[in-house]
Amino acid sequence: MQILFYISKRVLQTIPLLILVSMISFFIIRLSPVDPLAELKLNPSISKETLKLEQQRMGLDKPLPIQYLLWAKSFIKGDLGVTTTGEKVSVKLAERIPNTLLLTIVVIFLTWSVGVPLGVLAAVKWKTPFDRFLTVITSIGMAIPSFFFAILMLIFAVKSGWFPVGGLTSYNYDEMNFIQKFFDIAHHLFLPVTVLFTLSLAGLQRQMRANLLDVLDSDYVKFARAKGLSENKVIFKHALRNAVNPMITLLGFEFSSLLSGAALTEFVFQYPGLGRLILEAVLKSDINLVMASLMIGAIMLVLGNLIADILLILTDPRIRAKA
Amino acid sequence: MIKDILNGIFKDKFAVIALLVLCFIYFCLFFAEFIAPYSMNYTDRELSYVPPSPIFLIDENGKFSRPYTYNYKRTYDADLMQTVFKLDRSKKYYIKFLSRGEEYLYLGFIPMDRHLITVENSGRLYLLGGDINGRDVFSRLLFGGRISMTIGFLALFVLFPIGLLYGGISGYFGGVTDMIMMRFAEAVMSIPSFYLLIILAAILPSNMTSTQRLTLIVVILALIGWAGFARVVRGMVLSIKNQDFVKSAKMAGASDLRIIIKEVLPQTASYVIVAMTLSVPGYILSESGLSFLGLGIQQPDASWGNMLKEAQEYINILYRPWLLTPGFLIFIAVLSFNLIGDTIRDILDPKSRIR
Repeated sequence: MQILFYISKRVLQTIPLLILVSMISFFIIRLSPVDPLAELKLNPSISKETLKLEQQRMGLDKPLPIQYLLWAKSFIKGDLGVTTTGEKVSVKLAERIPNTLLLTIVVIFLTWSVGVPLGVLAAVKWKTPFDRFLTVITSIGMAIPSFFFAILMLIFAVKSGWFPVGGLTSYNYDEMNFIQKFFDIAHHLFLPVTVLFTLSLAGLQRQMRANLLDVLDSDYVKFARAKGLSENKVIFKHALRNAVNPMITLLGFEFSSLLSGAALTEFVFQYPGLGRLILEAVLKSDINLVMASLMIGAIMLVLGNLIADILLILTDPRIRAKA
Repeated sequence: MIKDILNGIFKDKFAVIALLVLCFIYFCLFFAEFIAPYSMNYTDRELSYVPPSPIFLIDENGKFSRPYTYNYKRTYDADLMQTVFKLDRSKKYYIKFLSRGEEYLYLGFIPMDRHLITVENSGRLYLLGGDINGRDVFSRLLFGGRISMTIGFLALFVLFPIGLLYGGISGYFGGVTDMIMMRFAEAVMSIPSFYLLIILAAILPSNMTSTQRLTLIVVILALIGWAGFARVVRGMVLSIKNQDFVKSAKMAGASDLRIIIKEVLPQTASYVIVAMTLSVPGYILSESGLSFLGLGIQQPDASWGNMLKEAQEYINILYRPWLLTPGFLIFIAVLSFNLIGDTIRDILDPKSRIR
């Protein structure tokens, strides 16, 4: 019961946060000298009525705060306006969001299932050649610019011909059965996932190593050792549980850095995700699309942090005591 | 404290190597005009995408000779339907050291014309090949590095005063001020940073001079990181403000702003140093990413990011690998900064000293 109370409190806290985020993004975009309807006006396939409808919907003749309220109202209703090519923004977003979520979730799943054990291993074998080796590898992983690494992978893909370059599905995707579809997507995901995985693995492994080293240094672990428990029991039963907790907070941060790193990677691999969408929208100064995808990105990030915090409330009784 | 840091760095093998590498890079960038055979905008349209000039030490008779090179000749291969470059072996061009070449203004005001390496008249020495406009990639690497390697520091000089003051005020006053300021910072942090970065860069008007653009890019980079930094500073200020020396300063009648700047913030120095060294590579990466997308430093100015822009095309990365060299330089620079940053953190973090 108490847990439910804390969780609902935390959920309610995100609402003012999101409102503030939307205000900041709205005013930043309105700061730009670009006429929000300029591209739309130039497009001959857009009818006068659509143009007028957009002008009314955005309230462009009214002062800025009113414009914001109008925007917020239609955002909540799910009406995000049209892109410069005349498509509905909401349709476009609905296409892209699952793709970005798929990419980030696969990457997070992989980094956690590899990074945490590697971090534990490095901490246990602290200051051995193995630990040093991992440190060198992770330093390298952290220093490669994501887009440069993506380009190198692209060269590899083109030269070897093992992986498709660009997109998420093959041209004959619709004719495939379920299993073929699954493998087709996995095949396309391989390269972008490899790039993002390598980049985020380094941070996670180092954090896990540092956490476990901290815990291994604490008194209760020394006591457990003094009691004569086997090293395995000390590490897996006593130390590890406490060392994993701070990692959950990191989950939220990781989500945010993945969204950012994914934008460049998506761009290089021509992956149909949110990052590339916003990039194209920015380059075309498609204001509706930029605003909507910026908000969706922020919502995803806030939700990621929310999930991490809820997990933390569930796993760590100390947080509940503080809250 | 600075002595501690230096001692610690010199004890660590990796950190020493990283420091030497960085010193070498900055040294080369400082003397860019002198080291580069050509100026940043020197172009030879005939040599678009020319491969790197080979340097020969052994002549056709199998004897050692002064280093020399041949020019490339551009021909159109009708069968392959593409331009090919062939070495024109009819005339040798000897490489000259410290001799006169293209005139330039060293650091923008000292007129000079000596270059570390040049080649005889009408010879072309493109050590790392040419780009789409027939400019020397090697020379542009040196000039571009000046922007790429300093932009991080410039952004820090904008970001740290803002972050320190914001975090200091928020933590020192507490209460409602603190709540409002921190909610705002959290909201800024909730926007995916790279999305914000490209949007801010995209709303810059396109008719700016390159200096104006550089300044604004620096400001934009600084706008991304300040919130997270301010939050940590605020946390530290919360614990510092209740200590005796702050109370006594208050009692002595010092103003709030004075206490924040003179008494409280200096206590955060060690964290600030670590945060600074650790965040420089992040800014180098952000700038390169932004320029790679065409939203950062614009042509004809060079930066490592916008030089890599040409690597967006398949043909270039497959057949003109020399265009990828800026990527390796970014990698080496970031790696070196990270290694030094890690070492400094270990030195200043008392916990890790036990290890």
